[in-house]
Amino acid sequence: MSSKLTPDEYSEIAKKAEHKSSTVKDCIMAFLVGGFICTIGEALISLYMRGGMARDVASTLSSITLIFIAALLTGLHAFDNIAKYAGAGTLVPITGFSNSMAAPALDFKSEGFILGLGVKMFSIAGPVIVYGISAGIIYGIIIYLFKLY
Amino acid sequence: MPTRQGRYTLRLDSCPSIVSFAAVVGKKEGEGPLAQEFDIICDDTTMGEKTWEKAESRLQKDAVNRALSKGGLSASEMDFILAGDLLNQCISSTYGLRDLNIPLFGLYGACSTMAESLCLGSIMVDSGAAGHCVCVTSSHFCSAERQFRYPLEYGSQRPPTAQWTVTGSGCAVVAPSCKAPYVRAVTVGKIQDMGITDVNNMGAAMAPAAADTLKTFFMDTGTTPDNYDLILTGDLGQVGSQLVEELLQRESFDISKRHSDCGLLIFDIKEQGVNAGGSGCGCSASVLCSHILNKIQHKELNNVLFLATGALMSPTSLQQGESIPGIAHLVHLSSTSYQDDCTINGH
Repeated sequence: MSSKLTPDEYSEIAKKAEHKSSTVKDCIMAFLVGGFICTIGEALISLYMRGGMARDVASTLSSITLIFIAALLTGLHAFDNIAKYAGAGTLVPITGFSNSMAAPALDFKSEGFILGLGVKMFSIAGPVIVYGISAGIIYGIIIYLFKLY
Repeated sequence: MPTRQGRYTLRLDSCPSIVSFAAVVGKKEGEGPLAQEFDIICDDTTMGEKTWEKAESRLQKDAVNRALSKGGLSASEMDFILAGDLLNQCISSTYGLRDLNIPLFGLYGACSTMAESLCLGSIMVDSGAAGHCVCVTSSHFCSAERQFRYPLEYGSQRPPTAQWTVTGSGCAVVAPSCKAPYVRAVTVGKIQDMGITDVNNMGAAMAPAAADTLKTFFMDTGTTPDNYDLILTGDLGQVGSQLVEELLQRESFDISKRHSDCGLLIFDIKEQGVNAGGSGCGCSASVLCSHILNKIQHKELNNVLFLATGALMSPTSLQQGESIPGIAHLVHLSSTSYQDDCTINGH
């Protein structure tokens, strides 16, 4: 078989056989669900501020609430079913981060609380933290250099 | 005795028989189009066990026990067990079968393992090295996801080319007998790698191997696709099925009218949300050891080429940027043996 067809030619044929996911549909779903989650976040901030909190405290508390809800939905086996349709809509807001920590924690507790849960909990979120912090440091240095002049 | 036919095909002169077979599947598979055919459908995918790995071991153990009891056989009569699965170090097989006290060969051929075990088991029986050989494989959606992809509850989207690992196990007992289904010939596949690196498109990675093994078999035996009622690939899914037909068309073999795929038979791919179809060594094993062998036994199918396909990569090799090598082994199953052919021709 391989004597006649080169990998490049095969890759062309294979591409033709693929069904692509619909970018338009995926974008609309991500926009709607992501927007909905952010609206809930804003509503929570307003609610907490009405309760007498300062804006920065209210917004931190709003994030914490969303993290809690996402982790709870992960534990109730509902988050992945929502994410199946929402895609980036649930992934990009803070809910995605919460899910990426809760899901491995649930899965790997069978290997023990330290080497299972403790180690694997960061298997997906780890790179986000590493590169998030790294990018933050670089950004900080750039801001610092600009302020010098 | 096995005799070599052509370059790579072994003709099994005594036509070993599959004297008993059984399939055990999970809930989702039990809601699919083949629900009526399976021996056991477990509504609880944990199988009452504490971990997914134990659940898969249980599937395999149940499949073997059911196949033995259906055939009125006991474990002590078995000479070898040829078992495999997808998990690291084949733990589903070793833990599932450790109490059976049958000499074991652990096999790894990824999703091609059912055909691999059936090839070896039939060769052993045909050569006289074994009286009874148990061939069994399993896969479990949850244990496979944990090992190969993401944690189960992680909210990710699967591309349309991705396949769904079947929760199931199939077991076939091979022995000398004058009862169909018979194994007439086997062709052991060669590794084919056409450079596919997308882990979510295993069908495309495995299709060249399936095409190569089929072509080899047709050339070795001097037969054509029209000599068979069914050419059944293991888990090429939608994309791989289309590709294997296209690749063989280029070699002037038209299998499109005879071809079917276990990954497309086991699920209703539109209704059950499994994207391109089922996969895993439990996929071809459970479809073969229920639906297909039943039909051959009842002579609704007479000549079937069973061709389980495997993607021989690991998460490590993929992360290192390696492409996915594919393999496919072929087993020619029939409702008649060579002796039957002689009798029919003689009278």
